[in-house]
Amino acid sequence: MDAEWIRGLAGGILIGLGGAVYLLGNGRIMGASGILGGLLDGSGRSTAVERLAFLAGVFTVPLLIGTFADGTPETHITSNAAVLILAGLLVGVGTRAANGCTSGHGVCGISRLSLRGIAATAAFMFAGILTLAVMRRLLGVI
Amino acid sequence: MLRIVLSLTAGGLFGGGLMLSGMTDTARVQGWLDIFGRWDPTLAFVMGGALLPMALAWRLAEGRRPAAGGRFPAPPRAELDQRLILGSLLFGIGWGLAGLCPGPAMASLSYGGWQGAVFLAAMACGMMAAPRLSRHLDRRAANA
Repeated sequence: MDAEWIRGLAGGILIGLGGAVYLLGNGRIMGASGILGGLLDGSGRSTAVERLAFLAGVFTVPLLIGTFADGTPETHITSNAAVLILAGLLVGVGTRAANGCTSGHGVCGISRLSLRGIAATAAFMFAGILTLAVMRRLLGVI
Repeated sequence: MLRIVLSLTAGGLFGGGLMLSGMTDTARVQGWLDIFGRWDPTLAFVMGGALLPMALAWRLAEGRRPAAGGRFPAPPRAELDQRLILGSLLFGIGWGLAGLCPGPAMASLSYGGWQGAVFLAAMACGMMAAPRLSRHLDRRAANA
């Protein structure tokens, strides 16, 4: 357990450093959903190259670590295609409607004490906890 | 060019951080949300760790300009609206169901197998459909 919280804290600091570089360097809020969403709906066309560079970093570093360090990262993504599709749609629609996700509202919003960031984070945490309580503990579906 | 290098660096730090912290593991994320089961507190440390450099960065930004030019984002708006809350609730349901939020979903292309790719494709469809929902909610709010 103690090794896990240290890794969590260290990984969190790296995530925050990523946000700090993006803010202090490019003057932008690091939001994963906004960076991808702006490419998909065309609203971020003028900054497309920057967005692609960011995504390349997000994709490449875990790939490199997986290849050269301690193997493929462990994950437990469900193989239930219906759950994957429904969850993906909800995450996509929800984060774009709310203009942010865990990185934008959670990390960048809370750290500047934005009321919207704090409220959004509270809302998605509440919904996530409720989903696990109902779908796993009550119905045993996921 | 500087903007691109900085974006790549930020994305790399973000992706490395997601992996080191274990946020690439859906079981860990769902464990954090599963407070009525075997609760996994790790995400609290991830969040805490991420807030430290970010809070410092906001302080450093005061009275300065971004290194690559341009301006810092405007101060955050204070008002909450239906779109923010409803969107966040929908996101939270999807996050709970699969244990993936957008950052790890993108990183999962390199390790998540077909499951990661299916989730990412569905998420992309949701993101492209979102402006319709947003316009609908904005119209309703304007008429209310």
